[in-house]
Amino acid sequence: MLSFERWKVVLCVLAILFGAVFTLPNLLPDNVLAAMPGFLPHQRLNLGLDLQGGSYLLLEVDTASLKAEKLNNLIEDARTTLQGKQIVFSGLALSGDGVSVRITDPSQVQPAYAALQTLALPVPGAVVRDVAVNTGPDQTIHLTIPDQAMVKASADAVTQDIEIVRKRIDSLGTREPQITQQGTNRIVVEAPGESDPERLKAVIGQTAKLTFQMVDESVSPQDAASGQAPPDDQVLPFAEGGGPPTAVKRRAVVSGEMLTNAQQGNDPRSNKPNIDFRFNGIGAKRFGDATMENVNKRFAIVIDGKILSAPVINEPILGGSGQIVGSFTVESAANLALMLRSGALPAKLNAIEQRTVGAELGADSVRAGELAGVIAIALIGAFMILAYGFTFGGIAVLGLIANMSMVIAAMTVGGATLTLPGIAGLILTIAMAVDANVLIFERIRDEERAGRRPAMAIDTGFNRATESILDANVTTFLSAVILFIFAGGGGPVKGFAWTLSIGVVTSVFSALFITRMLVTWWFSVTRAKQLPI
Amino acid sequence: MQFWPLIRLLPRETHFKFVSLAPYAAIVSAILVLGCFVSFATQGLNLGVDFKGGTALEVMTPGPAPLPALRGDLARMGVNDAQIQQFGDPRSAMIRFERVADVEPAQAVTAVKARLSRDFQGIKFTSEDAVGATISGELFKGGLEALVAAIALMLAYIWFRFQLQFGMGAVIALAHDIVLTMGMLSVFHIEFSLPSIAALLTVIGYSMNEKVISFDRLRENLRKYKKMPLRDVINLSENERLSRTMITGATALLALSGMLFLGGPTIFPVIIAMVFGIFVGTYSSIYVALPVILIWGVNRNDAEVVKPIGARP
Repeated sequence: MLSFERWKVVLCVLAILFGAVFTLPNLLPDNVLAAMPGFLPHQRLNLGLDLQGGSYLLLEVDTASLKAEKLNNLIEDARTTLQGKQIVFSGLALSGDGVSVRITDPSQVQPAYAALQTLALPVPGAVVRDVAVNTGPDQTIHLTIPDQAMVKASADAVTQDIEIVRKRIDSLGTREPQITQQGTNRIVVEAPGESDPERLKAVIGQTAKLTFQMVDESVSPQDAASGQAPPDDQVLPFAEGGGPPTAVKRRAVVSGEMLTNAQQGNDPRSNKPNIDFRFNGIGAKRFGDATMENVNKRFAIVIDGKILSAPVINEPILGGSGQIVGSFTVESAANLALMLRSGALPAKLNAIEQRTVGAELGADSVRAGELAGVIAIALIGAFMILAYGFTFGGIAVLGLIANMSMVIAAMTVGGATLTLPGIAGLILTIAMAVDANVLIFERIRDEERAGRRPAMAIDTGFNRATESILDANVTTFLSAVILFIFAGGGGPVKGFAWTLSIGVVTSVFSALFITRMLVTWWFSVTRAKQLPI
Repeated sequence: MQFWPLIRLLPRETHFKFVSLAPYAAIVSAILVLGCFVSFATQGLNLGVDFKGGTALEVMTPGPAPLPALRGDLARMGVNDAQIQQFGDPRSAMIRFERVADVEPAQAVTAVKARLSRDFQGIKFTSEDAVGATISGELFKGGLEALVAAIALMLAYIWFRFQLQFGMGAVIALAHDIVLTMGMLSVFHIEFSLPSIAALLTVIGYSMNEKVISFDRLRENLRKYKKMPLRDVINLSENERLSRTMITGATALLALSGMLFLGGPTIFPVIIAMVFGIFVGTYSSIYVALPVILIWGVNRNDAEVVKPIGARP
């Protein structure tokens, strides 16, 4: 006779309960959900950025500028090292993708080589050192940064960048931003509910490297304009409309890491927005000493290689606090203060992909998706009942509803994200689940037509449909997995793959277990002599 | 005879000669595939920013979207290749452009938005996608790889579960489905972007589902009727599963119909590809996959090993 094992009944009941309990919070209005007792789950389905609105930014470490900066530092280090050993040299400059220097005295090439070797530090986890030193013809020495060391450097920069980006975005007050690393040199920022990505870009688009450097008053403006300056000076441009390029000492008096605080304030004299800052102990001492020695000279406030302003030191500044003046708006001053507080990014980040969906469009999509889902279920339900009658059609519809609730529950519990294409995937899953039922019913009809008694026809029908259902669904599952693997970056597509793969599993379960249980029950109650299909 | 459930109205047994139409179907398929390639060559795919790089901005203005004014404003700021069209709601417009000078799209979009907000009072940016050239290249490559990987995996699975001939039949049919679906998108200038890859993979999934069901029935009948010629077994199998094919196709279409008409312009390209794929996938199971098997022949010896469960007398 037709039987359905006890453990399968238990499994079905548990699955249906699981579906119902975890789907419920998604259907209830907010106030009802809040009033529900605490032991019931309150978690809701994660909506993708395309459904709840929000911004997605993909940032890439600017490797070229990271390398340029490293090479510039290398020039400075080489200069200090050679000067320390009292080795005479010339032509210390960038050449090709490295740095080269010519040692004037041939007998000093070897000691110079040995001295420069000390600059090369081992790179953890790599065979190379972070600088490769080679001698060339004509008493030259070349310093290059090996590719492997560069990869490591940009990976390190990403790790540190993530922390700083998080600090900066957190202080914007964005709701639950997600900041994750992608690959070796990329960062993904996802900010649900943020409909203005420009706000995000304004605080992460700048490295915000702050230095205070003395202006070299001995260099004439003409020389500075043509880029002529002594080797320990550098010529820097002003930020927009600030003045002509100016020569400043390379050695920074103080730098951004010595700040303990920075806030947007107002200049009491002009009443324009400025930034109030405070140095830590070391910074305050250095700044005090430098201003004491250089009264009546100018110092330059430099951010990311641009001079914001170069005020004249009227008197020593000993308290360790001061103001940065420049042409700020309230917003740009607040953003810069925020960036200074959170520290400079070790490497500049460029936005290479930016996607935003407004909250209203997201809400429209949710409404359209819900309506489309209801229409799909209603149409399929009506169709199945018309095609297979109340008994079998009705069982298929019940299985369908159980299946839907299991998909939604599994996605809720698993923290999967529902996206707009995901809703399409969900609806298609319904159709595939119906297909499993159709296969079963058609097999049962075949068997009955072939002369079997109803009980036998049901049993054989289910058994013979099982193989086809499994085979057919494995292929769909495989294509969902492929999609999941290849869905780079694009969150919506990944959401679709999630939905489809969970849906395939639950459809097979609901067809082979829940439908079968319902059919068995129906038969054991009615003992029909003839099947109503 | 009862008229309801409606399934009873379907004849219990049908005797369509599916195979005899196969030569004509082959001609139709060949012409369509050729037509698709002509379309790829002449007008190509309407690639979205995901695959081409560039910016897509959806804007909403308080009144009907002033398309010519938007176009003029964009041209004045040096965005010359902008395509601007109405998008769903008459107050909505979709603005697409590829590159502005040599600036990364994510940077360019900032300037464009600032300018449009200044020149059009009350303009709102409902969605924006700015994709750099590196990313679009990677996404395109990833999409192609996904399609190839999916087809290869299907071949392997069918080969493992059935026979190599079945696998080849399925794969040729899948390629046919993908070409026709992409061809349809090309002919009608429907946008092809990242979610379209999801749609194509779904088409592959649906189409494979059809093929597996069809092969399953064919294998069973090959075991049952060892002496029957292959073309007759194919005809018999297809007739046997005809009611299921029609009901499943109908439910899939019913399921998607709500999304097709109400999903809005963002999701439309995805749904239309799926709907088209359901037709193509159903057709290709009968008229591409099976004819390949018919021409190639099957190995009928393995049928002796398994005695079919509950074989009919």
